[in-house]
Amino acid sequence: MSIWEFLRTYGPALASGTLTTCTEFVLATAIAIIVAVVMGLAKLSSNWLIRAPAIVYIEIFRGTSLLVQLYWIFFVLPLFGITLPKSIAGFLSVGLNCGAYGAELVRGAIQSVPRGQWEAATAISLSPAVRMRRIILPQALSIMLPPWGNLLIELLKGTALVALISVSDLMFEVKQINAMTYLSAQAFGTALVIYYLLARFLITPFMRWLERVVARGLGRV
Amino acid sequence: MKLDWHWDFAFEVLPRLLWATVNTLTAAGAGYAIALVLGLILALAQRTNWRALTVIVRECVEFIRSTPLVLQVFFVFYVGPQFGINLSPWTSGLAAIGIHYSAYLSEVYRSGIDAVPRGQWEACRALNLPLRKKYLRIILPQALVPAVPGMGNYLVGIFKDTPILSVIGVAELMQMANTIGSENYRFLEPFTLVALIFLFISLPAAGLVKLFERRLRLAMGL
Repeated sequence: MSIWEFLRTYGPALASGTLTTCTEFVLATAIAIIVAVVMGLAKLSSNWLIRAPAIVYIEIFRGTSLLVQLYWIFFVLPLFGITLPKSIAGFLSVGLNCGAYGAELVRGAIQSVPRGQWEAATAISLSPAVRMRRIILPQALSIMLPPWGNLLIELLKGTALVALISVSDLMFEVKQINAMTYLSAQAFGTALVIYYLLARFLITPFMRWLERVVARGLGRV
Repeated sequence: MKLDWHWDFAFEVLPRLLWATVNTLTAAGAGYAIALVLGLILALAQRTNWRALTVIVRECVEFIRSTPLVLQVFFVFYVGPQFGINLSPWTSGLAAIGIHYSAYLSEVYRSGIDAVPRGQWEACRALNLPLRKKYLRIILPQALVPAVPGMGNYLVGIFKDTPILSVIGVAELMQMANTIGSENYRFLEPFTLVALIFLFISLPAAGLVKLFERRLRLAMGL
């Protein structure tokens, strides 16, 4: 079977799988961003009652593998009475995992905003909340965007694992095609290329664009 | 919420899980060894004068880095037989994880080599050192030592990615937990123990890398 014939036959399945992958990616990214900002700020808190849970969360999610977390959330949480549908368990665990990595990026970026900015904000008597929102966070954002680009590619790669709890994403579809036809090179090869195109021609350009927008917002262009 | 944790079951399965941990560590170690060597080759291939080779290797590294490891594992495992090459789960798993991480390590090497001061390169040329001597005696020693913390982080990373090898049936930790779980219809203890084992190994390992990084900075006077 030539590759064109293969694409014509299985195009619809691949397309629906890619769509699921994109959905999982967007939802997981949303969770990762929320978790990263909350945990990153909490880790910087001077109150250890706020700091400790953030540290525990970050170390647990960075110290174990995504697959372990995924299986744990999908197979063990139901024993605690929390049963999640597989697609929710999927993007939730990917999001929580990448959120822990993102939290460190947020913390690092906030800490690397120059000292003078903090002092100047205090000197014109901005309240801590306003200082954070208007002065520190916008500058931290421009510092942390490049590493976030890498993290989002890791996140996209992470979403491939949700196929293992049978969410019908791209990975799952090509596994099915492979099991039915044994056209392994075509099936897995096509999926590899699709993941590469998503990362290289969607995520990377989008992040570059976002970096430019933020830089312009800070008047640095 | 009723926490139904059975200590006797947990202790019963712990030896089997610890035994599988040895397999996990072996897989991580062997995969890392492949990645260390292949990564260096990929990094050096990007410094040759052949423009075409440099561009191709660069694209390959980008490709490997931006596609999922789990898919690459499947690819290596299933595509071989299609062309008459039968690889065992262990061989193809190690090959896939080794190649995947060699792409990451090549970037670490590359930034290390790029950070060697210009004067060192010029001195090599002035002394008319042959290529082999230039790299082995002058450039690589200076490039690799600052790269050690980055390499250490990927060692922890490769360890945390070994559960992915369970998808093609490599008998590592996650696979063992799955087997135990489906034998006994109890997933709480095996999966939780697996998470704890990962935590107990990767947290100290990450701590050691950090400590080493600090020592290194002091030793190099940074």
